[in-house]
Amino acid sequence: MRAVLTIAHLTLAEARRRRILAAALILGAAFVLLFALGFHFIVRDVRAHAPSAAQQGLVLSIIVMAALYAANFLIVMTSVLVTVDTLSGEIGSGVIEALCTKPVPRWAVALGKWLGCWAVLALYASLLCGGVLLVARVVGGYTLPNAARGLPLLLLEGTVLLTLALAGGTRLTTLANGVTVIGLYGLAFVGGWMEQIGTVANNATARYIGIAASLLVPSESLWQLAAHHMQPPLARDLGIGPFSPMSVPSPAMVAWAAGYVLVALAVAVRSFGSRDL
Amino acid sequence: MTGPCIEAVALRKDFGPKTAVRDLTLSVPRGEVFGFLGPNGAGKTTSIKMLLGLVRPTSGGGRLLGEPIGTTRARARVGYLPEHFAFHEWLRGRELLRFHGRLLGLGGPALEASIEALLRRVELLDAGDRCLQEYSKGMRQRIGLAQALLGEPELVFLDEPTSGLDPLGRLLVRDVIRELRARGTAVFLNSHLLSEVEVTCDRVAFVKEGRVVRAMTLGAAERDLEVELRLDRSSAAVVEGLAAFGRDVREDGGLVRLRVDGEERLPEMSRWLAAEGVGLYHLAARRRSLEDVFLEVMG
Repeated sequence: MRAVLTIAHLTLAEARRRRILAAALILGAAFVLLFALGFHFIVRDVRAHAPSAAQQGLVLSIIVMAALYAANFLIVMTSVLVTVDTLSGEIGSGVIEALCTKPVPRWAVALGKWLGCWAVLALYASLLCGGVLLVARVVGGYTLPNAARGLPLLLLEGTVLLTLALAGGTRLTTLANGVTVIGLYGLAFVGGWMEQIGTVANNATARYIGIAASLLVPSESLWQLAAHHMQPPLARDLGIGPFSPMSVPSPAMVAWAAGYVLVALAVAVRSFGSRDL
Repeated sequence: MTGPCIEAVALRKDFGPKTAVRDLTLSVPRGEVFGFLGPNGAGKTTSIKMLLGLVRPTSGGGRLLGEPIGTTRARARVGYLPEHFAFHEWLRGRELLRFHGRLLGLGGPALEASIEALLRRVELLDAGDRCLQEYSKGMRQRIGLAQALLGEPELVFLDEPTSGLDPLGRLLVRDVIRELRARGTAVFLNSHLLSEVEVTCDRVAFVKEGRVVRAMTLGAAERDLEVELRLDRSSAAVVEGLAAFGRDVREDGGLVRLRVDGEERLPEMSRWLAAEGVGLYHLAARRRSLEDVFLEVMG
């Protein structure tokens, strides 16, 4: 376990020293500030023009969900970018050789890398999501419903892609790994929309294809589930608003995604452990 | 603990249809400085990687310090300087050693003291707080050497340790190897610089096409002498007679050359020539260099 923590610490230190962490946090803070500025003016307009508190709440919820949708995309991209090179880059450059000839099992190296990257992701996701929540509360007096249920799902979504990128990095070059994981995310994204459109159009085939894509890569479905939880009760129950999923993913998708992470991590450990360096 | 520090039995590695190492069978006793020689592509680095668990053998097996290769226990008391030592360039010299020390299970003041001693030994004490990306090629090689010596290993693998080093740096590596030998640490040295191997190693093995084709001790008594004679006349009978003192007798531009297995052969030869009435104008003997042996073995 000590070796896992040492590798995780090194991975975090690398993110800090190579200014990956600074870039993510500064631009993340800029994102929150920009949102705060825009939200301030929107709140002023909404309060001036929307007749009822319920209508005001609905409009503000849509704006906050739009910010979280953008944050979700940034979390996904960051989770891939932070992880994509961590193993493949060191295998390619030969840095891994001096590391893996120490009396440390390979699984500890893979797990330490995963933990270090996950810590960066968790920090970044907390800044973005926490910032959006805080701005909504302070600037607009709006409290996002079920944030404690919804936001961890965004972190889980990032974790799914982060783990896929780690597993891919055990065998693929950095670029091939990045293209593969982003491509898989794209499949899940399109699949998620096929599921929604299939539901609205009452097209079972489209819906099943969408569900299959979600099972293959359970990222978009986690966003759909998070969005469902974080809608105001009225929008959630009636399925109105641009972020209300027509087909709400089953809560079992959370268990599937958690299991998916564990299996992908096991695959990463096994693949890294059995390859020649 | 007794028993060899490296033991390899019929280790083989195939990369698809290509065989990198055909048969690595060798035994290196504890405390020995062992040279591993062969041309490029002979499978030297793959052999080291198999012993260190970086590459899985296709077949065969081995032990390091009594532990099966590929296990973490086998690497517990082993240091390694890879041929092209690559590292996290954003680290500082001291940080690199601290990180690798922690992976060895070291820590606290003992690790810090060891880092200072090693930085001093590889003459990087003043550069310890500089970022590694600012290091010259020679400095990188020296910090790599320090990394390999962390934790006072019982066995150190050095893969081309003098690559990129100036003559002073090479001298430093040579001295470090001597110090390791003096404290009983075995060294497995893979180097192209035969002159260096000659002065540092106790024993060498020659690898050709993935197979250990010859192993020999580098003591003075262990190597043949190359003898050169100039005679007033030479004939088939003289050449035949000289063959009784050594082997590989040949005439070459008025000179007769042969190989003998010891200095005591020289007076015996001159006495025989005098008895045969052959005038001896010149007799020179030199110990065959490792390069001579290398060229002979590699064909």
